[in-house]
Amino acid sequence: MTDPVTTHTLVIEREMPHPKEKIWRALTEGKLMEQWLMTNDFQPVVGHRFSFRAMPAPNWSGVIDCEVLVVEPPERLSYSWGALGLGSVVTWTLTPTEGGTHLRMEQSGFPSEEGNNYKGAKYGWQKFIGNLERVVGGLN
Amino acid sequence: MQAVTDNVFRALADPTRRAIFERLTRDGEQTVHALTDRSGVSQPAVSKHLTVLKRAKLVRHRREGRETHYTAQPKALEPLVDWMTQYGVFWRDRFDRLENLLQRMDK
Repeated sequence: MTDPVTTHTLVIEREMPHPKEKIWRALTEGKLMEQWLMTNDFQPVVGHRFSFRAMPAPNWSGVIDCEVLVVEPPERLSYSWGALGLGSVVTWTLTPTEGGTHLRMEQSGFPSEEGNNYKGAKYGWQKFIGNLERVVGGLN
Repeated sequence: MQAVTDNVFRALADPTRRAIFERLTRDGEQTVHALTDRSGVSQPAVSKHLTVLKRAKLVRHRREGRETHYTAQPKALEPLVDWMTQYGVFWRDRFDRLENLLQRMDK
């Protein structure tokens, strides 16, 4: 299915005065990831299923279920991110710059819990989120 | 607050429910019949979906004779938008921590 779905995406970018190989390590070595992100059982292997564990909250176990989607050292890393019944995809892109590396994190998708075939879903979650922001924005 | 958010998430995780909610948002008040005619599922199924939406306070209903009329309550979506904002806050904080770690890795 190639339904045109407008993707809702959260993008955070930052220039860091470090070589991309080093940032790549921090993004992909479990012990290092734990120091800035969350405890995990990540492996840089496509198809590997792992989880991040945050502090449990009421009605939430604190577990984020993930699967590695892309590993292209030291430039691109992507994993699915399933929490609270909603899935999304987190993609890291590292681009060398004069003084270091431009790091970009993109979290996109927010499909339904009905599975991974959300692209075929009649009402894509992404599109919905985009719509709802408009709706809520118009409330005040 | 978390429980409310959870209900909203659950309610909207289903594409049929999302479609119903979107229709109510777009087209205004509708009867269960009108919603059933255009949803492609049976009336009991639509009623069940509406109950879930109602629990999440995403819709309100009123009875008129034999018909039940439903209206969208878009204000109930606010926790969801807050959640998106929270993710923004979450990742910015993690970026700070990552930068910290990168500096420590030099030593």
